[in-house]
Amino acid sequence: MAETTHSHSESPEEFKKHLGKYYAVFVALICLTAITVGVSYLKLESRGLAIAIALVIASVKAGLVAAVFMHLIDEKKVIYAVLILTALFFLLVLGLPSLTVYEHGPAFQGQ
Amino acid sequence: MSETTTHNGHDHAHAGHHELPFWRKYIFSVDHKVIGIQYAVTALFFLLFGFTLMMIMRWQLAYPGQPLPVIGKILGETAMPGGVMAPEFYNQLGAMHGTIMVFLGVVPLAVGGFGNFVVPLQIGAPDMAFPRLNMASYWVFLPGCVLMISSFFFPGGAAQSGWTSYPPLSDIASVGQTVWCFSMVLIITSSLLGSINFIVTIVQLRAKGLSYWRLPFFVHAQLVTAFLLLLAFPPLEAATVMQIMDRVAGTSFFLPSGLVVSGEQLKVAGGGSPLLWQHLFWFLAHPEVYVLILPAMGIVAEVIANNTRKPLWGYRLLVYSVVFLGFMSFVVWAHHMFMTGMGTTMSTFFQTTTMIISIPSVIILTCFIMSLYGGNIRFTTPMLFATAFLPMFAIGGLTGLPLGLTASDIYLHDTFYVIGHFHYVVAPGTLFALFAGVYYWFPKATGKQMNATLGKIHFWTSFVCINFVFMPMFFQGMAGLSRRLYDPTVYAHGRGVQALNVVISLGAWGLGLSQIPFIVNFFMSLKRGARVAENPWNATTLEWAAPSPPGHGNFLTEPVVYREPYEYSVPGHANDYSPQFVEGS
Amino acid sequence: MAEAAAHHESPIPYMVQPHPVTGIPNGKFGIWLFLASEVMLFGALFSSYVLIRTGAPHWPPEGGLTSEIVNVPLGTLNTAVLITSSITMVLSWASCKMGSLPRFKLWMAATIGLASVFLVIKYFEYKHKFDLGHFPSHDNFYAIYFTLTGLHGLHIIGGIIVNTFLLTAGSKMWTTDPEHFTNRVENAGLYWHFVDLVWIFLFPSLYLL
Repeated sequence: MAETTHSHSESPEEFKKHLGKYYAVFVALICLTAITVGVSYLKLESRGLAIAIALVIASVKAGLVAAVFMHLIDEKKVIYAVLILTALFFLLVLGLPSLTVYEHGPAFQGQ
Repeated sequence: MSETTTHNGHDHAHAGHHELPFWRKYIFSVDHKVIGIQYAVTALFFLLFGFTLMMIMRWQLAYPGQPLPVIGKILGETAMPGGVMAPEFYNQLGAMHGTIMVFLGVVPLAVGGFGNFVVPLQIGAPDMAFPRLNMASYWVFLPGCVLMISSFFFPGGAAQSGWTSYPPLSDIASVGQTVWCFSMVLIITSSLLGSINFIVTIVQLRAKGLSYWRLPFFVHAQLVTAFLLLLAFPPLEAATVMQIMDRVAGTSFFLPSGLVVSGEQLKVAGGGSPLLWQHLFWFLAHPEVYVLILPAMGIVAEVIANNTRKPLWGYRLLVYSVVFLGFMSFVVWAHHMFMTGMGTTMSTFFQTTTMIISIPSVIILTCFIMSLYGGNIRFTTPMLFATAFLPMFAIGGLTGLPLGLTASDIYLHDTFYVIGHFHYVVAPGTLFALFAGVYYWFPKATGKQMNATLGKIHFWTSFVCINFVFMPMFFQGMAGLSRRLYDPTVYAHGRGVQALNVVISLGAWGLGLSQIPFIVNFFMSLKRGARVAENPWNATTLEWAAPSPPGHGNFLTEPVVYREPYEYSVPGHANDYSPQFVEGS
Repeated sequence: MAEAAAHHESPIPYMVQPHPVTGIPNGKFGIWLFLASEVMLFGALFSSYVLIRTGAPHWPPEGGLTSEIVNVPLGTLNTAVLITSSITMVLSWASCKMGSLPRFKLWMAATIGLASVFLVIKYFEYKHKFDLGHFPSHDNFYAIYFTLTGLHGLHIIGGIIVNTFLLTAGSKMWTTDPEHFTNRVENAGLYWHFVDLVWIFLFPSLYLL
């Protein structure tokens, strides 16, 4: 089997080593979920801070899923290229609301 | 992901016949060539259909309020009471003409038709990377088309809020708009499946020796197009889902608070933003403009190189420009929205990006014109269309500049000037390129040559008529005549240019008649055209290595690429063309 | 494994074996491109959510806090269910890599089971809201809530269909071409983790903030 990917080239025995990593990520994800729910029960005064905390935690969780479960940490260049391109346009589409609100304020909400 | 077919890649042209039943070979086929032809024929049909809608509409514009003889009766009392076009029917014709031409006509022909048929051949692949996905793409597209057309028969008729379907109008329109939304979801999904397939095919399945710098320009154009479809279409899908929710579930994504319709406040929660639709729509639809034009440029490049018998001038420059165009097409969308009160900073930003995007377009056009210089040009039918593309696209592109500048756009916005501008890009521009493609690759697809005399009649009559259609629109627009007016004489400033409307309509009907030679030629050549060998145009790219028509698996022997794509008239060579697939010579 | 590929007589190269330059087979590249388009789909919806939310005088429009009008414990439970289904999915792929079809089937069945549990919980959440008369038309919070979770739910259903195919009829491929089958499980997994990933963002945005 002429494999080039290093994660593919291992024998079943060697592959077993990776399982620990998956379990660790699983535990981390569950803990982070608990933290984010816990923080929400604190009912923080500053809504901005609450949003920032929740989104940072969500991003960490998403990063773990992408990096480990989806093996992005050890992926081929072509996939990185596609994802960087997508990230660029994703940011653009996320910037859309600010484009609309910018110089308008929320005033476009008809009164 | 995809399943393999059981044939190997070395079938002879007709060896596949006895192995598959009719419905597997021609209807639910996984062969990229059959799917390409299915797309192309469907798209050509819809182009004719969409054009017919416009020819009917042109009656009302030329002779407002007068009964249309014969056809008026056929269309029935709801659409044409007493033979006079009802305003609602006029709006349906306008909205459906735009939608059909763009989403059911040009894109399926340029990408689904030519992309599917030509790309795997030009890169020396046996098929697309995912043949079943390819079939699924067509069979999602077709129901979308049928649904779109069926909307004419729903109560209240088809969508009538323009092809852009701006809310709040579209949110409160009759049920035809919901059908429009659902068929758009199907068509978008089909495009997504197709674009994934194209990217994987071009990246993974190129023949031995075919590096990126040896790819024909058409393939580069298709690759960029596929990325545009992949990343720009989903936001429109999201927007369409939200519009469906607005219309079916009564939500208010696009409906502001306190909206008054016919004197009564609309009973919805409110709090939405009509501008949100415009942003999401144009986030797709501006890249979509490049989806329409890039494959056309690709076809023109192939035809020009082949018929000037010299290499394309500035091949690498062309590739860089097309990639740059692709990128830039994502950051110009709000130039369609200068009149929404966007604010000066944003307007300046989008005005600047719009001016920047014109640069690569001009580079591409310049490269094509430079390619003509010093060439020993053969004026074949495809070359006539490709040459005509150059000035037509130039007119379309240059008239776009005043629309990209905020100051002049305020005056010209939503006038007939805009209609003239984008039709010059898409009709005598893209469509002429697509006709060039049909004439150029017809021998490859069918093994028969199209009739040159009929082709020339088709070209010259179309070329003259189409300019009578779109050129007067610039004058009407500069006189201030608004688009989408049911009766152009309703305003005093429209009456001065009403005579031009008669000219345009006569031009449009003449253009309709000009397509008859093409239709006759298409079917006649299919039956009785002169048989051709593999390479009737003495071309250099890989598709001409396969038999005409290619059998399942495409190539008799696995092709190997030895040189760059357009090595015509190489000094010291016996022939004036050195195909990519021939060693030495 | 080369014999297996040859035995297949596939006319299309790199169906199973990775491409020498890109290092991946066609399917994996295809699924990542598909996910890229999904990023744009959910990105646009998310962006619309931000726009409508920032434009509203109060969020949620009916007053109070988001966490008071949705069921946070059920949402948390569903998050845990989906995260668990993600690891069972990884383990089902790992079992293929380690050459055990029975263990693959076990983990895959668990994944499908958990996905179904997610939908059942979602059903109760929806039903509760409908019982209160809170339909999508109620206000923009519900509009966004139902649109986003509904679309996500459709993705879950899609995943269940694909995974069920791999568990049943699709697994016959294990005997003829185990490597191809493992690739398919990996691709289904990539999709499944993405659906999980979307939920990771939806949960705090729709339930907690």
